[in-house]
Amino acid sequence: MGYTPELKELIKKVEATRPERVAKARREEHYPALSMDGRREVLSKFHPDYQEDAKREVKVGPNKGDVFQEGVTALLESRSVVRPDKVDLGKVDMETDVLVIGGGGAGTSAAIMAADAGCKVIIANKLRHGDSNTIMAEGGIQAATQECDSPYYHFLDTIGGGHFSNQRDLVAALAKDAPLSIAWLEKLGMMFNKYEDGRTVVRHCGGSSRKRLQSAGDMTGAEIMRVVRDEARNRAEMISVIEFNPAVELLLDSEGKCAGAILFNMETHEFTIVKAKAVVMSTGGFGRLHIKGFATTNHYGATMDGVVMAYRAGVGNKSLHSTQYHPTGVSYPEQNVGLLITEKVRGLGAHVLNSDGEQFCFPLEPRDVESAELIQEAMAKGKGIMTPTGRVGLWLDSPMIEELHGAGTVKKELPAKFIQFERHGIDISKEPMLVYPTLHYQNGGINVDGDTNTVLPGLFGAGEVIGGVHGENRLMGNSLQDIITFGRRAGINAAEYIKGGVEIKELSLDHVIKFEQDLQEAGIEKPKVAPILLPDYSTDEVAERRWPEALTEGTPGL
Amino acid sequence: MCETTSTPKFATGDRAILPEGASTIPIYVMGKMYEVPETLTIMKAMEFAGFRFLRGAGCRGGICGACPTVFRKAGDYKLHYGLACQTVVEPNMYLAQIPFFPANRASYDIEEMSGLADAIHALYPELFRCVSCNLCTKACPMDVDVLGYISALKQGNIEKAARLSFDCIQCGLCASRCMGEIPQYHIAQLARRVFARYIQPQAEHLKSRVTEIEAGKYDQMLDEMSGMSKDDLEKTYVDREREPDMVEPGSWMPQDRQYL
Repeated sequence: MGYTPELKELIKKVEATRPERVAKARREEHYPALSMDGRREVLSKFHPDYQEDAKREVKVGPNKGDVFQEGVTALLESRSVVRPDKVDLGKVDMETDVLVIGGGGAGTSAAIMAADAGCKVIIANKLRHGDSNTIMAEGGIQAATQECDSPYYHFLDTIGGGHFSNQRDLVAALAKDAPLSIAWLEKLGMMFNKYEDGRTVVRHCGGSSRKRLQSAGDMTGAEIMRVVRDEARNRAEMISVIEFNPAVELLLDSEGKCAGAILFNMETHEFTIVKAKAVVMSTGGFGRLHIKGFATTNHYGATMDGVVMAYRAGVGNKSLHSTQYHPTGVSYPEQNVGLLITEKVRGLGAHVLNSDGEQFCFPLEPRDVESAELIQEAMAKGKGIMTPTGRVGLWLDSPMIEELHGAGTVKKELPAKFIQFERHGIDISKEPMLVYPTLHYQNGGINVDGDTNTVLPGLFGAGEVIGGVHGENRLMGNSLQDIITFGRRAGINAAEYIKGGVEIKELSLDHVIKFEQDLQEAGIEKPKVAPILLPDYSTDEVAERRWPEALTEGTPGL
Repeated sequence: MCETTSTPKFATGDRAILPEGASTIPIYVMGKMYEVPETLTIMKAMEFAGFRFLRGAGCRGGICGACPTVFRKAGDYKLHYGLACQTVVEPNMYLAQIPFFPANRASYDIEEMSGLADAIHALYPELFRCVSCNLCTKACPMDVDVLGYISALKQGNIEKAARLSFDCIQCGLCASRCMGEIPQYHIAQLARRVFARYIQPQAEHLKSRVTEIEAGKYDQMLDEMSGMSKDDLEKTYVDREREPDMVEPGSWMPQDRQYL
C-alpha cells in the first residue's frame, strides 16, 4: 500500500530540506529549545491539560469544586444505568468472598492472591478475560533488582519523575514490592529476557538513575497477562471468570460497607446481583474517552467505568486532570493510528517537520511540551499534513538517521517499528513517518492508601484506575509494576479484611439515589448515563440514518 | 484550489470519515456488501459501515488476539487470515470474524510440573494427532512457526517450543484450521511457563534482594524518604548518581552505598 501519490509529492519537500538539515545536525547546530517561559506559553495555549476552554468544574460528589476535562466531568456527573429505586435487591444471583471488577493484570493478580488466601473469587470482565491496557504494554517493568540499585532509588526516581506530586505511601509500596513482583512472576513461569546465568536483562528508561527495566521481548505486558490469566484458569475451583458482563453499579449494605455489584450481560442484556464480602476495583484507564478528540494507545474498553462507580459510592479521586500524551503516535497508515513511536527515533536525530518540510521545534523537549508544539503547528498554523482517512500528522524524518549514523541503522535500532511499517509498504529508512500526539495514560484515579484501601470499607483499588502512584507524570515501566504491586496487595488485603469477620447486612443502592438527588439539586440537566462501557464509533452519516428523531420509542428489536 | 468557508473535516479519536475526494470500495461482511473508504482496516471499515463491536475488537493494536478474521477475494478460492485491526480492506473481499474458538484447555498445577515433556504429552495427548499439514502456520497472523513448535514438543524440546511460540497472541486461528483438533496455543502457553519455571535458570541476584526486602532492610529508608520535605527530596533527587549506559551487567557500583 505505502504512501499515496499525494503524500509522496509532499515527501519531496522533506527530501528537499534534508541535505541542509543533516549538514547542520553534523555541526551540532540544533533547532533552539524553548525557554522556560516559552514552554509555559506553548503548554498553556496548546497542551490539552492546560487549556481552560474545554474544562469544567464538577458540581457534585467527593471532588465537588475540582476542574476536569469536559468529558471527565460529564462522566463524574452522570446518572446510573439502572433506576435504583426499582431494583429488587432481595434477589441475590451470586455470592462470593471477593468480587474483582476488571480482569486485566491488576485484577487477575488480586484474584490469584485472594484465592491463595482461601477466598472464593469472581472476576467480572467487560470483554474477554485479559482484555486490558496491560496486554498492550511493550517496554518493560521497573524493579530494583540489581546490586547497585535499591527500593530507595526506585522511590527517588519515581517521585522526581512525577514532579514530587505523587502520593508517598503509594510510591514506597511500589518501590518495596517491585522485586517481589518480579520474583512472583518468575515463579509463575514468565519468560523474562535473561542472561545465560539467569540474571534478568535490565535497561535504563527516561528518568531512571539505575538500569531497572526488565522485559520480555517487546511484549512484556502481553507476557504478564498471558501468564497470570493462565494461572487464574488453573484455579477454576476458586476463581470464576465471567466475560462480557461488566459491573455497572456498586452495592453497599445497610452499614455502609461495600457489598458487591450489579453486573450487566452485554449479550443478553440481563442484570445480575452479586453479593460479595469485598470488592476489588481494577477497571483500568480512560483513553477511549478520546479527550479533545485525540487518538489513543488504549484498549477498546478503557472508558473510566471504575472511577464513575466508585465516585457515586463516595470514593473521590486525585490527579484525574492529568493525562499523559505521547508526542509521536502514528497518524498514517490507518491500521497503526494512535500506536506509539518510541522517543528513541528522535533520540537518534530524526527531525519533526511541517508540511513545508521545515523544522518548527527542538525534537527532544519534555513529552508534554513536544506534544503541545506539534498541536500548535498543525492546528493553529495549519501546517499539518492531511491523510487519506482525514487525519492530521507531521513528518518524523527517520531517513536522516541513516545519513547521520550510517546505512542500516534504522533497521538495526528500531526493528519492531521497521517491520510494523514495512508490513504496510512503507520503508522508514527511506521515507519519513506521519505522527501526531496520542492519548496514552490516565495519570490520576481513585483515592487509595498504600494497602489499596479506599474510604469505603470493603472496596480496594489497583492498577490504572487508582491515582497518586505516578503523580502528574509517569515513568516508563512503572505502570506494569503498579499493576502487579497493587493488584497483589489488593488481593491479600481483601482476604485479610474478610478473615477479620465480615457480615454483609441488607443490600442497598441508597448511595445512588442520594447521588442522583444531588445531581438534580445541582441543576445538572440531562446527565449522561454511565459507565458508558464502550466507545461509539458510528459516523455522523450512519447515526443520522438511524433516524433518531423519527424513530418511535419502543420499536421492537432496538 | 477553490475557497471554502467550512472548516476542514478531521478524523478524531478512532472514528473514521470519508475525506473529500477519497474513494470507496465494496467489501462483503458475512456476504453482505458495504461501501467503505479505501485504506481503512477491516475493523474501522466495519465501524464506518455502522457495525458496533462487542466481540471481535480488543486492543486495536495487533497484540490481544480478539479480532481474528478469515477472508477470500472475489473469483479466488484461496482463504486468507488476518487480524481485523491490522488488515487493510481490499475491493471485493469476503470476510467473517472468528472471535472465539472452542479449543480444549487442560488444567494443571505449575508447582507439580517438571522440565520433562512427559507431563505435557499426558495433558495434551492430541499433540500426536498432528499430520504436519502446516495449515496452522499458514493461518497464523503473527507469522509464528506453529508447526515448528508443535513438532518440537512432540520431540520433547520444550525450550525450542517456548521460543518459537513467544509471539503467539492466542487468537485461535491455528486451532480453527487443525485437522488433528489440537489446541496449539494452549499447549504453547504451557510450554512457555514450564520452560521459564523449570528450564531457564532462575535469577540469583533477585533472590537475595527478595530476602533483604522481606527482612525489612529498606523499611526505615522508605519511611524516612516519605517524611522528607519537598526541598530535601528534590536535592537528594538531583544529586543521585546515574549508572553508566555501557557497563557489564551487575559490575558497576555507586560511590554512595548506604542506601543499597
